Amino acid sequence: MTGPDGGAPDEAIGRRRFLGYVVAAPTLVAAAELAPPAPPAAAAPAPAPAELTELTELTELIDLNDVMTAAALPTSALISVEVRADGTVSFALPRAEVGQGITTSTAMLIAEELAVPLERVRVTLADARPELLFNQLTGASNTTISTYVPIRVAAAIARTRLLSAAAAELGTPVSGLTLKAGVISDRSGRGLDIGALATKAASSRTQQVSVQLAPRQSFTVIGRPHNRVDARDAVTGRKKFTMDLDVPDARPTMVCRPPTINGKVASVANLAEVRAMPGVTDAVVISTGVAVRAETFGQCIDAVRALKVSWRPGTAAGKSDASVLRELQAAELPMGLRPPTPVVEGAFTFYFRSNSALEPNCAIADVRPGSAEIWSALKSPIVAQQTIAAKLGLPVGKVTVHVTEGGGSFGRKLFFDAALEAAEVSQKIGKPVKLMWHRADDSRQGRAHPMATSRVRVSYLGDTVLSYKQRHTSVATDLGHGLGEIFTALAARLPVGDIGFSQTFFHLSQAMSYDFGVSSRLLAETDKSFNTGSMRNVYSPDVTCARELIVDQLAARMGKDAYRFRHDRLDDERSRAVLAKVAEAGGWGRAMQPGTAQGIAFHAEYKSVSACLVEIDCRPATVGRPIRNGVGGPRVTRAVFAVDVGLAVNPRGLEAQMMGGIMDGIALALTASLHLRDGYFLEASWDNYFYTRQWNTPPDLRIIVMPSTSDQPGGAGELGVAASMAAVACAYGRATGTMPTSFPINHGTLSFTPKPTVPPIPPSPADGLDRGAQGA
Amino acid sequence: MPEHTFRVNGEQVTVNVADDVRLLWVLRDVLGITGPKYGCGINVCKACTSHLNGRAVNPCAIPVGRLQPSDEVTTIEGLATGEDLHPMQQAWLDHDVAQCGYCQPGQIMAAVALVEQVAAEGRAITDEDLDGIRNICRCGTYFRIREAIRAGAGNM
Repeated sequence: MTGPDGGAPDEAIGRRRFLGYVVAAPTLVAAAELAPPAPPAAAAPAPAPAELTELTELTELIDLNDVMTAAALPTSALISVEVRADGTVSFALPRAEVGQGITTSTAMLIAEELAVPLERVRVTLADARPELLFNQLTGASNTTISTYVPIRVAAAIARTRLLSAAAAELGTPVSGLTLKAGVISDRSGRGLDIGALATKAASSRTQQVSVQLAPRQSFTVIGRPHNRVDARDAVTGRKKFTMDLDVPDARPTMVCRPPTINGKVASVANLAEVRAMPGVTDAVVISTGVAVRAETFGQCIDAVRALKVSWRPGTAAGKSDASVLRELQAAELPMGLRPPTPVVEGAFTFYFRSNSALEPNCAIADVRPGSAEIWSALKSPIVAQQTIAAKLGLPVGKVTVHVTEGGGSFGRKLFFDAALEAAEVSQKIGKPVKLMWHRADDSRQGRAHPMATSRVRVSYLGDTVLSYKQRHTSVATDLGHGLGEIFTALAARLPVGDIGFSQTFFHLSQAMSYDFGVSSRLLAETDKSFNTGSMRNVYSPDVTCARELIVDQLAARMGKDAYRFRHDRLDDERSRAVLAKVAEAGGWGRAMQPGTAQGIAFHAEYKSVSACLVEIDCRPATVGRPIRNGVGGPRVTRAVFAVDVGLAVNPRGLEAQMMGGIMDGIALALTASLHLRDGYFLEASWDNYFYTRQWNTPPDLRIIVMPSTSDQPGGAGELGVAASMAAVACAYGRATGTMPTSFPINHGTLSFTPKPTVPPIPPSPADGLDRGAQGA
Repeated sequence: MPEHTFRVNGEQVTVNVADDVRLLWVLRDVLGITGPKYGCGINVCKACTSHLNGRAVNPCAIPVGRLQPSDEVTTIEGLATGEDLHPMQQAWLDHDVAQCGYCQPGQIMAAVALVEQVAAEGRAITDEDLDGIRNICRCGTYFRIREAIRAGAGNM
């Protein structure tokens, strides 16, 4: 790689040069161009194929993030940073901010390389841009990993251009200039704000530029804790989500949905009568039910409840937890003959879970003859645009898709179910619609985490673990968004292609960090009749929970301490360090009251390592404590979590992601599941689906971000779930003297009265003034 | 259509909408006040929590017809005075509580009402009080909410 000025690459001083472009534009626009990075193994001599035995962990050679990062690189030249005349720096991030903090971390990358105050960096979310191909997908905790270098290169090129423009302006060589806090000054103190240079630094033609990135030692922004750039808007109500947008004449719209999953409309008895209800403007049959448009959402709810619809059965007709469990057990891959040595083994069941965010599925669509405009929080906006265009019969270029900030996602917004519906309704009635799913539908019909079973068998002799075998069987995880555009999305939906996608996802995300001899993990998937999708951490929580429970059994069988046993068998220094940190910070081994216990677990993923220690109280007084319209049960009283993501761009944001992952882990282990009966899920709202609430939250919580151990950031958005779920499960087992094998622990108890499915949504209550603030 | 008048964030407003439309939709769909959020519509998730005459209420469960002309409705937009944030909002910033932010308006309004209620009872806020907050946060920011409430209470 030689720069245009013929300079030899600076391998000698170890700082790689990067190529990029100054893009022809009225003000300075700079973009990154990157040759695909040498695969991690390239530095060391590539192992001969013979050595690539089962002992080589696939994810150490290449993991899902490497694939996604490499897939995004060819179009990284199309991501550009713009310096404006008012001295602000704007960047349209081709990713979806849904609460994971990437607008903040991205602004930090730009502020670092461009040496401008963070407040001057305006990060917005890019509209769908098909030319970005695989470079506009938000998932697999990949955003920071895949954008870390391209964004900094683009910002560094802008810095270089600004310095050379200032040199010309001030008549001083670049070497005599410094750029700090958005101002370039020379040694005599004369200064120019970068805004004043924005037009002068611009270029009339796109040209290639070579640049160096700031070395890690000089960082003043990256690696330092920062608050969220959108925090003030969030606490004042100014932050705008899709349903808060004011699109002219886009009226509230809801859909009357079938009583069973994916049922279809057979006929509607009273369409005209409902059209005449107060505030209602339209009512029309669409592919997923009967859509109603009205002046207010409250009137949509009344109209949906009034509709008399006969339905054809759905795709999961007659299915229940028990029938799906039998299906899964029938689809399990054989564990093979039991070895002659002693073994520890277990079979675990993980029921369906809702992947509802607090913001339900929602989208705005304004479809006109020949064109369409869509607003929604979308993690795969390109495939959304292409699919909607196909459905509307419009060329892709005539469909504009705006990406709004999301009210949580956890994987749900990888799909665009509401946007597709909104487009269909808007085209059918010829009016703009502001479409939102009712909470009851979002829980019953919305994409869920599939039910799964996991079997684990470990063979050992004395203190040596000889082999580890895990067979994970799951209802199919719909990966029909592919890598974010129509080509891979289509491949991911073909009968053979889908297995290719899920197997690739599984094998490139699951790792074995313990020295357990010959280790193998296999995934089998079955049954595509449910609306599923990747839920935060996807396969990892269940796979890791099963593994860590077996590790506890193994340690006990060998008479070893559960922490010491793990620590001595982790195969690298970073992994041992995070486990030791939680053991030390959490006081592992301290005396615990009967009925209470500690649990410890480890999880590695996407170049990051994590460990969790929890304490749980399973004493009757705690388990039986009265909770109105909720589930108390065993209480996690303390959680200590250590995380090492290599380079932590924003430690405070990273801590927040781990905190959320811990709450997810507590829910998955103890209280949160969907009950499947007669082809539909019983849970119809937050008083039925028990995500972690304040009364389940550990009052004592400590998250330790380990010092950075690499120049590259690892994945962080999902990492916290697996180790937390596993630690809670292990603690529960130790507190009760059992090995729990069915999750969540509370699934056997139905802690609510199911709401009817006809009408599909509950009435709006009218007692808001009668009782105090606490309501239901 | 019947006319209803009441006060929102210090201003008298009048709307032409049926009696039984819930206040949440009058605020959001008629008046364009989008701070209170929909999370369930059945008074469970508390994302729409606002204040009525200083008391925490859930507008998704209040037919607009039940409001008196002098009733003071306060939403998150009315908590600060101009650019000076309410101490609870400032505490939320200091503790970097919000992640996606969707539930936070309701969390803050519930927190302010809880602290005022506890102060009226002449006692300090306890873990049990915090355990009793019903607002759901799917991003799991609960721990920072607890810290921010304690800090905010100190400055109220």
